[in-house]
This record gives sequence, C-alpha cells and structure tokens, in this order.
Amino acid sequence: MIASDEIKDDDILLELADIHMSFGKVSALAGVSLKIRKGEIHSIIGPNGAGKTVMMNCINGLYHPQRGDIYYKKERINHLRPHQRAGLGIARTFQKVEVFGGMTVLDNIRLGRHIHYKSGIVSGAFYIGKTDREEIEHRKFIEEEIIDLLEIEQIRHKPVGRLPYGLQKRVELGRALALEPELLILDEPLAGLNLEEVEDMARFILDVNEEARWKVTCLLVEHDMGVVMDLSHRVFVLNFGNMIMDGTPPEVQSHPEVIKAYLGEEDLYATRR
Amino acid sequence: MLPDVKPDLKGSDVSKELTIPKLFLEKATLYGKDRVAMREKEFGIWRPITWQDYFENVKYLALGLISLGLEDGDKVAMIGDNRPEGLWAEMAALCARGIGVWLFQDSLIDEVRYIVDHSDTKFLFGEGQEEVDKAISIFNECPKLKKIIWDDPKGMRNYDQDYLISLKEVQDLGRELDRKEPNRFKELIANGHGDEVALLFYTSGTTSLPKGALLSHHNMLTMGRHLMAVDPCLESDDYVSYLPFAWIGEQMMSISCGLQIGYTLNFPEDPATAQENIREIGPHVMFAPPRMYEQMTRSVQVKYLDATWIKRKCYGLATWIGYHVADFKFKKKPIPWYWKILEGTAYVIMQKKLKDHLGLSRVRNAYTGGAAMGPDHFRFFHALGVNLKQIYGQTEVAGISVVHRSGDIKFDTVGHPIPGTEIRITEEGEIITKSPSVFLGYYKNPEATEKALKDGWLHSDDKGFIDDEGHLVVFDRTKDVFTLRDGKPFSPQYLETRLKFSPYIRDSWVVGNKRDYIAAVLCIDYSVVGKWADERKLNYTSYMELSQKPEVVNLIETQIRTANKDLPVAARVKRFTNLYKELDADDDELTRTRKLRRSFVEKRYQDIVEALYSDKDSVHIDTTIKYEDGRQSHIMTDMTIQTVEE
Repeated sequence: MIASDEIKDDDILLELADIHMSFGKVSALAGVSLKIRKGEIHSIIGPNGAGKTVMMNCINGLYHPQRGDIYYKKERINHLRPHQRAGLGIARTFQKVEVFGGMTVLDNIRLGRHIHYKSGIVSGAFYIGKTDREEIEHRKFIEEEIIDLLEIEQIRHKPVGRLPYGLQKRVELGRALALEPELLILDEPLAGLNLEEVEDMARFILDVNEEARWKVTCLLVEHDMGVVMDLSHRVFVLNFGNMIMDGTPPEVQSHPEVIKAYLGEEDLYATRR
Repeated sequence: MLPDVKPDLKGSDVSKELTIPKLFLEKATLYGKDRVAMREKEFGIWRPITWQDYFENVKYLALGLISLGLEDGDKVAMIGDNRPEGLWAEMAALCARGIGVWLFQDSLIDEVRYIVDHSDTKFLFGEGQEEVDKAISIFNECPKLKKIIWDDPKGMRNYDQDYLISLKEVQDLGRELDRKEPNRFKELIANGHGDEVALLFYTSGTTSLPKGALLSHHNMLTMGRHLMAVDPCLESDDYVSYLPFAWIGEQMMSISCGLQIGYTLNFPEDPATAQENIREIGPHVMFAPPRMYEQMTRSVQVKYLDATWIKRKCYGLATWIGYHVADFKFKKKPIPWYWKILEGTAYVIMQKKLKDHLGLSRVRNAYTGGAAMGPDHFRFFHALGVNLKQIYGQTEVAGISVVHRSGDIKFDTVGHPIPGTEIRITEEGEIITKSPSVFLGYYKNPEATEKALKDGWLHSDDKGFIDDEGHLVVFDRTKDVFTLRDGKPFSPQYLETRLKFSPYIRDSWVVGNKRDYIAAVLCIDYSVVGKWADERKLNYTSYMELSQKPEVVNLIETQIRTANKDLPVAARVKRFTNLYKELDADDDELTRTRKLRRSFVEKRYQDIVEALYSDKDSVHIDTTIKYEDGRQSHIMTDMTIQTVEE
C-alpha cells in the first residue's frame, strides 16, 4: 500500500484499522485501513467486486467485520448497531434507492428526522405541548434546510414511488440529511441519472460539504471518474479487498498501478463527459 | 356569488405630475402596517409583506443605489423569477430616478448582452447564481455596467468579484445615507415628473432584434387607470404574479393596476409550483397569454380521459349545458329560466370543482392577450362560467388599448377601446391608436420611432377592421396573412389555434401561402402523447422517436380531421408532419412570449416545407443542435409526411 500524508489525530472523523471481512471463502476486505478527515469529500473507487459497498456496510453497522477496528471520533464503534451509529451522526444513501414508495416526499424526509424527536409517547399520542412545539421545529428545519436546498418544493406532497428515479435519489439524500449527519456515506449517488441530474446531484454534494450551515464530511462510492476527480479532496482505490492507493485526485490519476487496475478500463468506466 | 363591482368612469384623469414613486409613497403611507402589499410562498408557507415592509425595503435599496452612484436617468436592469425582491429593485430604481429594464429570466447570454449593452445599463439585479453567472460572463463586454446585485445567497459562497454586491449590502449603504440625509428619499420622489421615462421595455420582436420602447410614468399610470375604470378591482383583491415581469402584461397588472388599486400581489414558491399556488390563492383577476389558458384546457382534457365513467358523463352533461348558456350570452339573448336551472345544476355537478382546481373560482375578470386565441379555447372557458375577455394592446401603449366589456363578448373580436383611447383604421387597413399611454419612442432608434409614431398616432403594423357593433377585429401581423388558392385572404393563426385545441398538439405551424393547399408542421405534447403511448404499450426513448411512431402520426391525423371539420375545403390542412423536436425560444423559433417567428422557421425548415409540397412520404433530417451550455449534438432522423384522408 502507498502511504498517505501524515494526518493530525484531531482531524480524523472516522478511522478503519485493518478491517477483514469475508463471506465463506470469499474475502471481501483483506485488511483495509483508512482515515477520513473532517470536512473533506473522500471517494472510494474500484472495479465491481472490489469491496466498496461491503466497506460502506461495515461503517454504518449493517455488517460487522470479523477482524479490525472502526473508530468514530476516536471512539471504537464496532459493537454499535446501525441506529446507534446513526445517532452518532453517520447517515447513508443506498446504491439502489431504498425509499418508502407509498409515502410522500415529506414523510420520507420526516422519517430521517425521527431520531431527533425527544418527546414521549403520551405527549405524542395527544399531540400537545412539547410534541407540538417539536413538530413545528423539525418541520421548519426540513423546509428551510432540506426542501429548499434540494429544490423539491413542487413534489413535497407526492408519493415517492411515482416520481422519476432521479428525484427518488434526491429524496433519499434529503432523508439522510434530515439526520443532520456529520458523516454522509453516499453509495453511487450518480448511478442511473441523466447528465442534468448528475450536475444537480454533484452540486448538492458540494453544497452540503461547503456551506457553513452543513459542513458535512462525505464518503462517496462512485464510478463516474469525472465527478469523482472534480469533487473529491482524497481518493481511495480499492482492488479485490485491498487498498492500493490513498491520495489526492492528481496523484491517483497519475499512478501506474491505479491506471492498470482501474482507470485504464476506459470502456467500462468511461466518464460521461 | 361574487360581489358585482360597477365600472367607475369618473376621475379617470391622471395628473401629469403624478409618478409611480409618488403613488407608491401615497399608498405606503395610507396602508402602512395594516395591509398586506405582497405575499410570497417560502418554505411552504405564505409569508405576508406589509406596505410598511415594502416601503422600507424599497427606500433603503433606492438610497443604496444612490450611494453606489446612480444618477438621474441611469438604467437599472433586472433578471430573475417573480419574487418580492425583483419588484423592490424595480421600484427602488424608479424612486432613485433611474429607469427600469427587465430581462426574461430564461434569456440566453447573447440576449442579456444585447439588452444590457444597448440599454447602457449601469446596475444589474440578478436573482442568484444562475443570473450572476450570466452577468459575469458579459461584464467585460458591457463597459457601462458597474455593479451586479444579487439576493439569493444559494451557491454564492465562492464568488469574490469586487463588482458583485448583495441586495442586503446595498440596503445597508442606503441606511447609512438615510442617517446622513434623512430627507433625501422623499426629495428624490418629489422631484419626479410624469413625463419622465420610467421603463425601457424591450419588445419580443417576431421579426427582428428587440427594440427598446421608452415608457413614461404617465403612460403606465394612465393605462392602469383606464383599464381599472372599465373593470374595477377592489383593495381586498388578490392577484398572482407568476408571468415574466419582462412582459408588459405582467407590469400592467403588478404596477400600473396593482399600485392604483392596492390589491395584494402573490408570488409563487417556485415557477414549477405556480399552478398549485394559484389554486391556493384563488385570484380575483388574471391576465395571461393564450398559452396559459391552452395549458389549462389541455390539463382538463387529459384529466377527462383518465376519469371514471360517471365523472365523464357529468362532465359531458355540464359542458353541454355550459356551451348552450355561453351561446345565449354571446348572442346577447336573455337566458330562459329553465336554462338558468340547468346552469345551476352544471355549476354544482362540475363547474365549481373544476374552477377550483384551475384556481378560477374567484376570478371576476380573466384576460387574454399578447397573441391570438382560438374560438374553441375561448368558448371552453365561457362554458365553464369564466368571464374571459380578449384584450388588444402592445408594449408601445404600455399594455392594452382595447378590451371586451362584460356582457358584450364576441370571441372573434377584441372589444372596445378603453377610455381615453382612440382607435382608427387607416386606408390600408392598419390599426392606429392615440392615447395618453402611447410611448415616447424607441431607445436609440429614431428610424423605427418615426415609422411607429406619426402625428401622435401609434402605427401597429397590425391589420384589422371595426365591425357593426364597434368591436375591433384584429387580423394577424400584416405579413402573416395568407392568400388561398381562390385568392381569399386567410389567417394561418386561426388554423394553428384550432389545431392546438387538441390536447395532443402543443405547437402548430401552418404553411401554404400562395401554394396549392395548406400544410402543417406540428409539435406533439410530449407528456400527453407519451402517456397515450404508455397506455398502448408503445416503446419510445425520446421525443424524436415518439413523434415519428406510425401510431402517433395516425393519432395526430385524427386530431387534424376534427379540426378540419366545418372549414371550407380550401382552408383545410391537407398534409402534415410531426416535427422531431419542440419549438423553442432558445433556438429563436419562438419569441420569449412563445409567439411563432414565422419567417425564421420558414428559412430554417425549408426542406420540410418543400417536402410537404412534393409527393415524398418522408423527409431526411441531418442537423446539429446546440444546447444551452454550448454542447452540440448531431441529429439524424426521417420525418414522416402524411396526407390527411378526407
């Protein structure tokens, strides 16, 4: 593995240390280590089957690695379940959208906000006092910060299942943002989108990363090299369970091993532009 | 039922001293915090802005512009969606004795460059990043442009050009100046005179480069006063402002009429939510070009196709009654009592609901103008019980000069002149107008001014005549009248609007001047035809492919046959083709107000026209199209040409 730059400990939001994960005899991750710095956009690239999605699943707790440690803000979180990790500020979107098709856009986003509701079951049943105030507070957040950001005003009351795929992806991002995450994991956010939707989505990712209001650290799995190289501060290259490179986009683009393993396959992973 | 508001023809004179800012100051002082001047839907909630808020925002913005160096007669341009800040900017420019110039929100960079440069604009208000990007890209080519002002911070975090400034910062400068010179704002307003130029309005121009019409305060105010004398509005009325401010019709409703009456302006949340927001507000008055009404008709027709059997029957019955009652009204015959009962039934079973869905349930007067509207659409709205009126006017008379009177509506005319307006027909049949609203001339274009203004009469280049009842009938632009085989003149727009009554046809272009027969080039409505194709399990991947499917071509043929019915044989469409793309203003095929630029499309699609008059059954297209962001794409396809069976 090629060493990354020295990083100060305080800057690290998430650290994976020597993660091993295998399914039967198939080793999906064979001792992967990486450090994610606060406030940056990181991308993971690699051919199909490289272990990218497995790594995402290990971070948000869907899978528990057989060996190795995961540290979030210096705390070891191996034992935590997905909802507990969400409570710490880790949100994600999925490669194939996982939205509630029969529910409206607003309800889907509200669901992401659920973790922040503090009032109890009795107050909730009668919808008085604290619940009422809380509801207004959260609705305000959803309208002002999410619906406005993602420009989905015209569909807020529409059932998500009836929306085009590109908008469903946007709604899923909205739901992840409703959590007010510190770390946002995006699993192929651009797959299946047309050029205009790709441009919109790239802009939203930049917005949540750069806007003072959000400052969200992003971890991106993506095949669109043009977008990956434009957006990312750092790129990790994964190949059959091994991390073969960790560097800035120009470093990654010029490294012979990476070109051989991944970028060279122009036909397979050609960028849209 | 709605309260009836009687026309008031008294006091329709406007003093020459009065200016738009003076009237604004008067209304703001009168209403203060007690009345809502405008509302904007933001973050899902309608937020009110009182006259006091409106006044303060305009005041500090105007003084801010003065601090930045605005001098008397300097041009201030605005571009962006309809929103309170846009109107504040315009009003501030007028209060600071500048001249307002509006650009269409979707103008391409070349158009922005032309207008900003030609008008000598000094300050440009852009809404957000998109508009600022356009402005930055032309900044170096427009030496007179000093500052670009923006109000939506979204995406603006990385811009650090020193000529960029936010609306809030300008207002802060204004506050500073106000502390130093507390009377400055009122003095600025008091110095104005009605004959000074208020707005420089670029006409959309179906034939040439846009021309800048100079409109004075007096022009604008008299126009509004005279229209309101015919169809008065109330202070408590609501109006939804969602059409471009760069269109004179919107200026007329929001400024000329709105300021005089003091009704509340409502701004939609987003252009995409406008129709929904109109329904929420339920405006009392509405003015829109025919395409908006055509869109409403189409959405009703499409929903009808989707509705259940019982709903379709109710609709059928109610429209049958509606058309009958409307015909009594058109013929100015009294409505027999039994028809009145039936009308009541139609209202209960259908009209009430449908009007609510279209946002028309409280409309006292709905106007359409700016282009020709077909009688089919016109009758459709009257059958619904909507008091739709045609108007006739142009930018050069600050809006409108002729309008239908309630109870005296004929769908082939545009009605009578408004008070203070004289209309005559010259020997050549040209419509000429004289009124206090006739503009001052074209900016930096004395030849055009001389052509348009002769002895105070505005020459419109439109042909028409006055009928037995004193109604004005407008033909199309002089150049747009066809001669049929038998030598009779014929209006292609009439046929085009007739074809557009089909929900499947979005745009139509009729050719056939001095030819053997009439032919049409049609643009299908992508969403409606797309849905029709989905239901029949027809596969398609693009507009181009869908438009050329044999089933779709046959569908369009049946629609043409319907439109051909009742027309003299010589005036029927004989051959047609579906265009492979939609007509678009970005390609110069339409004006920004979506009028067909006939001479341009004739040149551009010459091959298609030739093929329509040959015995070929298809025409090969090999062309390059350019996207808004400069990318190009090569298109190759064959367009089917079909003959309409009798």
